[in-house]
Amino acid sequence: MSSETSLSALAAQLAAKQISSRELTRQYLDRIAALNPSLNAFITVDAEKTLLEAAAADALIAAGQAGPLTGVPIAHKDIFCTDGWLTTCGSKMLHNFVAPYDAHVIERFKAAGMPSLGKTNMDEFAMGSSNETSYFGAVKNPWNPAYVPGGSSGGAAACVAARMAPAATGTDTGGSIRQPAALCGITGLKPTYGLVSRYGMIAFASSLDQAGPMAPSAEDCALLLNVMTGFDPKDSTSLEREKEDYTRDLDKPLAGLRVGLPKEFFAEGLNNEVAAAVDAAVAELKRLGATTVDISLANSQLAIPVYYVLAPAEASSNLSRFDGVRYGYRAPDYTDLNDMYAKTRAQGFGAEVKRRIMIGAYVLSHGYYDAYYLQAQKIRRLIADDFNAAFRVCDVILGPTAPGTAFKLGEKSDDPVEMYLNDLYTIPANLAGLPGMSLPCGFDSQGLPIGLQLVGNYFSEAKMLNVAHQYQRATDWHARQPEGLK
Amino acid sequence: MSLTPDDVKRIARLARIEISDAEAQATQVQLNSIFDLIATMQAVDTTGISPMAHAQEVYQRLRDDAVTETDRHAAFQAIAPAVENGLYLVPKVIE
Repeated sequence: MSSETSLSALAAQLAAKQISSRELTRQYLDRIAALNPSLNAFITVDAEKTLLEAAAADALIAAGQAGPLTGVPIAHKDIFCTDGWLTTCGSKMLHNFVAPYDAHVIERFKAAGMPSLGKTNMDEFAMGSSNETSYFGAVKNPWNPAYVPGGSSGGAAACVAARMAPAATGTDTGGSIRQPAALCGITGLKPTYGLVSRYGMIAFASSLDQAGPMAPSAEDCALLLNVMTGFDPKDSTSLEREKEDYTRDLDKPLAGLRVGLPKEFFAEGLNNEVAAAVDAAVAELKRLGATTVDISLANSQLAIPVYYVLAPAEASSNLSRFDGVRYGYRAPDYTDLNDMYAKTRAQGFGAEVKRRIMIGAYVLSHGYYDAYYLQAQKIRRLIADDFNAAFRVCDVILGPTAPGTAFKLGEKSDDPVEMYLNDLYTIPANLAGLPGMSLPCGFDSQGLPIGLQLVGNYFSEAKMLNVAHQYQRATDWHARQPEGLK
Repeated sequence: MSLTPDDVKRIARLARIEISDAEAQATQVQLNSIFDLIATMQAVDTTGISPMAHAQEVYQRLRDDAVTETDRHAAFQAIAPAVENGLYLVPKVIE
């Protein structure tokens, strides 16, 4: 594998015809074939289909019709419907579902001429923080295969960290791009809610779900965001906005940048080594010209309870479509229609998905709606108001992405509440609909990556990418790669 | 608040998920620990706060009432568990 794998470098090599898309894509497919048996980052790989897409990209390049990333391959989370590809969402319920159409995100990457390397593993229906709830087995962290890669976009994060793909798509409902990016030592960005179409992205919690890019660097993410974003009439919450170039501010200096440090993100529960790495990153940003402001996001403490009412409520409604009638799994034996539904769903869903559907059904049920769902929506407003107040005194909010580094496989899988606490710092941005990103800022004493989180104001992705890119020009954490992979 | 195994079975029925007595017992313990976590939000005074359903103030867009989709029923039904004559098959509902 060439040592220079940034998207801009790969695109330059393709444009200069130093390498063809077929050759480049084949290199990545070879690496997937070598590493996937041990890491389990992909659910579906189809080299033949992928190489046909690469050949089409080569034709575009030869005809002088290439876009900025034409010919650069990318891996897609198995939550995006992909025409003619198995699209499982990590579930037995969809173990046999070959999507009959493309998600908007897939359409965009196809139109950009970027071949798909395959479909990446994920927590079942994106419900999990360790990738252990996948029906297709856990993904291993490339930095140490005894540890989880985070979740739910665990396969995406692991395949990028192991350089099985130069970039990947992910989705983030409560931290599912940022937390695995942190645990695998890569960069990932969840855009402002509404920037990327949810069409064809299998729904978990529709008011929170947002797709975004995952790659080694902020510059890579900016290039991918240029492809992914844009109005889509097929998504009723897609925002009609002028097209932006997210690379436009990458090279701006950071002088005068006001970085907000929420005291709640540095309180009890934060691992000491993570705190030290984040503090060092703050010092680096100050050296680059930034100033810091102490802020408070007092209601963010309530983000987890609020999230575990709202997300399951929305999920219980969204996942009612899996009934064994139109697609996916159907139980083999049943007595009548209701029995078919109940058996199909009992057998097709895993334990965590069933738990969340049941929480959702309960909080929406008669007599409990006001106490749970409505109360959670009101506190959601308070959490968003805290952010609005904070952005009057700072340009970007900084803190850790997760309270700790990667944990061992199996360590938290028996205790849902312990697992949920992993998303303590990431959930508030989803509830408010704000953009958030994670970038590598160091390693713990066991050699596991540490993630730094930036949360920006609505539509400030270019500013966040500017901060991240300047930090990555001054540091090399994002360029480190796990050694000894085989 | 504490759910009983009967509560868990009622919720499972609402969610159309078959559950055995043993599963209901195990699920009861986990759901109760999750609801203990959720209960911390009950202490917050939210008088006068309007609920936030959505991150952006968006309104339902309208479009012309014109046909925009093509007939793809064959492709969609090719992936269904059971179809016949263009219809999805389910167990008999009306005697």
